[in-house]
Amino acid sequence: MENIIKTQDLMFYYSDISDEEQQEQEENAPKAEKKMIFEDLDLEIEKGSFTVILGHNGCGKSTLAKHFNAILMPCGGKVYSAGFDTSDEEKLFDIRKRVGMVFQNPDNQIVASVVEEDVAFALENMGVEQGEMRRRVDDALKAVGMYDYRLHAPSQLSGGQKQRVAIAGIIAMRPSCIVLDEPTAMLDPTGRSEVLKTVRRLNREEGITIVLITHYMDEAAQADRVVVMEEGKIILDDRPENVFSNVELLQDVGLDVPQSTQLMYMMKQNGFDADTHIINEKEAADFLFELFKRQVN
Amino acid sequence: MMIKTEKLTYTYSQGTPFEKTAVNGVDLEIEEGTLVGIIGHTGSGKSTLIQHFNGLIKPTSGKVFIDGEDIYDKSVNIRDVRFKVGLVFQYPEYQIFEETVFKDIAYGPKNMGLGEDEIKERVMQTAELLGISPELMERSPFELSGGQKRRVAIAGVMAMRPKVLILDEPTAGLDPKGRAMIFGQIRDYHEKSGSTVLVVSHSMEDVADFAQKILVMDHGKKFCYATPPEVFARAEEISAIGLSVPQVTKIFSLLREKGIDIRTDVYTVPFAVKTIKEYLEKEGQLP
Amino acid sequence: MIKDITIGQYFPGDSPVHKLDARFKIVITAIFIIMLFSADNFISLGAALLFFVLSFAVSKLPLKLILKSMRPIVPVIVITSLLNLFFIDGVTVISIWKINITQQGLRTSLFMIIRLIALISGSSLLTYTTSPITLTDAIEQMLKPLEKIKFPAHELAMMMTIALRFIPTLIEETDKIMSAQKARGAELDSGTFIERGKALIPILIPLFVSSFRRAEELALAMECRCYNGGEGRTKLKVLVSGGSDFAALCTAILFWCAVLLLNVYTYL
Repeated sequence: MENIIKTQDLMFYYSDISDEEQQEQEENAPKAEKKMIFEDLDLEIEKGSFTVILGHNGCGKSTLAKHFNAILMPCGGKVYSAGFDTSDEEKLFDIRKRVGMVFQNPDNQIVASVVEEDVAFALENMGVEQGEMRRRVDDALKAVGMYDYRLHAPSQLSGGQKQRVAIAGIIAMRPSCIVLDEPTAMLDPTGRSEVLKTVRRLNREEGITIVLITHYMDEAAQADRVVVMEEGKIILDDRPENVFSNVELLQDVGLDVPQSTQLMYMMKQNGFDADTHIINEKEAADFLFELFKRQVN
Repeated sequence: MMIKTEKLTYTYSQGTPFEKTAVNGVDLEIEEGTLVGIIGHTGSGKSTLIQHFNGLIKPTSGKVFIDGEDIYDKSVNIRDVRFKVGLVFQYPEYQIFEETVFKDIAYGPKNMGLGEDEIKERVMQTAELLGISPELMERSPFELSGGQKRRVAIAGVMAMRPKVLILDEPTAGLDPKGRAMIFGQIRDYHEKSGSTVLVVSHSMEDVADFAQKILVMDHGKKFCYATPPEVFARAEEISAIGLSVPQVTKIFSLLREKGIDIRTDVYTVPFAVKTIKEYLEKEGQLP
Repeated sequence: MIKDITIGQYFPGDSPVHKLDARFKIVITAIFIIMLFSADNFISLGAALLFFVLSFAVSKLPLKLILKSMRPIVPVIVITSLLNLFFIDGVTVISIWKINITQQGLRTSLFMIIRLIALISGSSLLTYTTSPITLTDAIEQMLKPLEKIKFPAHELAMMMTIALRFIPTLIEETDKIMSAQKARGAELDSGTFIERGKALIPILIPLFVSSFRRAEELALAMECRCYNGGEGRTKLKVLVSGGSDFAALCTAILFWCAVLLLNVYTYL
């Protein structure tokens, strides 16, 4: 399968001094000032996939995401997005058009005071012709189910609706990939499920690659693939059911597992022959039903 | 009775086309020292309700009694009520303003007119409870991490040692580790101070875990106020009003649908394991 | 409560005035203001007023809106009229103690009041019938030619757009911070002037901090959506002008001419 994003020996650190200053004093450069975020990180995101990057706050997952559309540049190694090297400044807008980014706070990424004008913002910047723009804006709003709200002011919308408008503003660019950096962290459960449903549908129906950064387990459970990060390293990378079966490891790094998995894990500890690859309530109920049928008669 | 409301009603923008009743005829009695979880979705009136308890919002009709005193009576100084009932808002770190962590936590106690020694003792004690180390006290609060800032802001209200502490979604936006930490600290505070603590949350799983009583709000009305087992025995009704019940509770509801005669008021994982064992002991045999 | 402040003053509607191209509306408002200031006597001022009354009637706005827009300038009107009333020499009409009220004084004072009221109502009519966003667009397009001499027309318009977008957000935020500080015992509505000023610090600092954070995040989000300044930008909504816009403009100019002609009465 083709990759949409690929990192190769990616290294990144924050340093107290700027790059130029660093170059000036290259010889006696104080290495100790650097705060290493990751070293030799290799990750490939398949085109059309739905990948969740999971980790607690400060594990480097947001920093990684910012490399995907050239907000941050690698200090070492390479990042290829949509086939372009992100360090190639000429290709900046080519990358951002193809790999869109949605952020955590829905309020701070909406520019205009009318929903449809905000969705048009990227297209206006790209110089898209008016008729085409109208079509794309309408399509994008319909794709996130916000078409009826196109003339509303953002301040009249709920958190989940605002975040869907932000997503529409990205898909209007017709990207092949959307990176969402904790888009649900500030939302209530209704808003969270709205956003997640939208994202899943875009993945399935429009074939858009989704990279979702989150610390919510129930969201990760819906992905094709879960990448767990801890201190700038990838510690698990597999299908969700396989990732969550590592209950102890996940709890060690401060993450939760779905309650269904936790139940299976505790049953196992209590001497039952339980399967910790179970990640949702339906599978868990099926498992218990079979168990009861076997034991009760 | 620590908190008591009588037919509490609040209507926004009364007399305009935007009129909306946020809290509708709520009768509530919360005993002193209870750790209460308040659940309801956005717009259910839970945030409006709690702002009545410390005099930030005046009811359109009805009464609020704190510790037996009608707080909206003319003879009552509303500022004293605010010191008696501490309220921590959502994302409280955005209210931080002082130069040092110490000064920010001390802001509330200082407004109470306490002496310097008393303030210092309270600030240090609260900081310790919330795991804010002493070397951070002279640092600027703006240099701290998100989780640390949140704890400083919570400490600022706890240091006022209110008889009632109310927290509006204290863990919003935090990761599981941060959530567990803050819930643990709230529980510690409740145990040590013996005061009444109200925690508003969206997460039924979190509330199920620590609350002694749960208040469920729906469309401005009190849906129920009861102990967790009593609340989760009504899991289906709760799902029907659009609130999610814990995943384990759903598992047991599903089993019942499949014709298994098992209790459905299960709301934590250890309790679920216990229930499964009991069922097997009664009905068949343990493997 | 702070939430009650209305911003933008826009009063949506479907009248011919609402439908006019915003650029023309700005120009017409400017002509109206010039009209008011070029009127020398009550008759020519009357002609200018007639123009306003006609426009207002066509706009189908409720009369109380105009009264509402007067409220904040009542003190200005009172002071100007009093100054004119007492300090203009001429034929004394009434004399109280040492102050003489003259015929000329009365006349000028009345003239000023009418002119001021017309001025405010005229510009209010513009903001009542044009949404702030359209107004921003219009200003941007009108200033566009100035970009040749390095005037930052696009940047100015973008700043206005963002300001409009964030006003409700910041009002809500201020409300929240005020409640939070009140809950910590802040006294916001009592005390001396200095005490009240000091009490604002716990509100202003968090507000500034959060505004900076918002600005930073917004800038990043804008860059991610390929924002690169005004060059090569297209617009979702393009302002179009038609026959009715030119007709309205011509009417305004005709009224202005009428005002100038009627000014001759002063010299008769």
